Amino acid sequence: MQFFGGSAAIGITPSPAAPPGTATSLSGNNANMLYIFNRNGVCLLYREWHRPLRTLDAQQDQKLMFGLLFSLRSFTAKMDPTSVDKGNLGVPLLPGQGCSYHSFQTNTYKLSFMESPSGIKLILVTHPKTGDLRDSLRYMYNLYVEYVVKNPIYVPGSAIKLNKGQLHQFHVQSYGKSVIKERLVNILVQMQLS
Amino acid sequence: MAPVIPRSGDAAFANVERVNAELFTLTYGAIVRQLLTDLEEVEEVNKQLDQMGYNIGVRLIDEFLAKSNISRCVDFKETAEVIAKVGFKMFLGVTATVTNWDAEGTSCSLVLSENPLVGFVELPDTCHGLYYCNILCGVIRGALEMVSMKTEVTWVRDMLHGDDAYEMRVKLIKQVPEEYPYKDDE
Repeated sequence: MQFFGGSAAIGITPSPAAPPGTATSLSGNNANMLYIFNRNGVCLLYREWHRPLRTLDAQQDQKLMFGLLFSLRSFTAKMDPTSVDKGNLGVPLLPGQGCSYHSFQTNTYKLSFMESPSGIKLILVTHPKTGDLRDSLRYMYNLYVEYVVKNPIYVPGSAIKLNKGQLHQFHVQSYGKSVIKERLVNILVQMQLS
Repeated sequence: MAPVIPRSGDAAFANVERVNAELFTLTYGAIVRQLLTDLEEVEEVNKQLDQMGYNIGVRLIDEFLAKSNISRCVDFKETAEVIAKVGFKMFLGVTATVTNWDAEGTSCSLVLSENPLVGFVELPDTCHGLYYCNILCGVIRGALEMVSMKTEVTWVRDMLHGDDAYEMRVKLIKQVPEEYPYKDDE
């Protein structure tokens, strides 16, 4: 299997300074949250590493995130200057129809997004200066296939369960950018044991 | 990152783990044989094989998408080509030909020249209605359903019944648009 071969270099782009309190050091905690959704909006996996502020309960939060992604796709497709035929805003799109976005950035975080044609959505929220994570997401999708889909005990469409011991070990504190990937690999590798 | 859609599944086929073809053929034969014993009715066996295939297809689609690097197909014609050239190659090591399109472009035939499932098989007289490879129909139906295409897949010609090829008819019933999954008042 191919490991992350792509460009994972951190691109330093001029952006407004993050307010105090956000993770700023690049060598520090890079990944904030990870979500995996299926087409029906079921959150298959949620992990967080650095999320000091929490205002919603988990279910509300996941719904909001899914809603954001869903609407954003509809907006981006509507705004596409290159496409000739576009439906009305809010009209359901066929999968693969219209363009799709792969990340957006604010001054405090970057959200990287990948959707497979089968409707699996991978979302990784990281430090705003993190580089292109598309290869990493693609790789995670491969892991999902290997360790979740191919696990005969896993029921398609149900949440991926991690047991307590596994959860614990993801709370280790220091991780650099390459460690994000390793940790994701770990999570996904260990799903099969749950 | 402009994904180039591969025209053949050779690359993917070379990279996946493979099992011995005879072991595969004989295992599949054993499954069908056992189903015939358990369910007694040939019709029921056909249904069961289709259901088993469906369950496989629902999972297999993700593996297919992940390993083949295919991101999207423009239309159903392309989908059929990709199944025939990439999908069959990747999972069965053979390729199929797409023919017999109807006027609307919603149904076509996949013709297999070789079929790794049917080695060593002869159907006895008691199994006239049996679609021995019905599992393949289920796989295609399940996989396409996961990419939002409702289809109907049936066998048209089967060499085990004395025809000159293996032919599956794939009919696109509808494409399901992506809906917002939550209700407002939840």
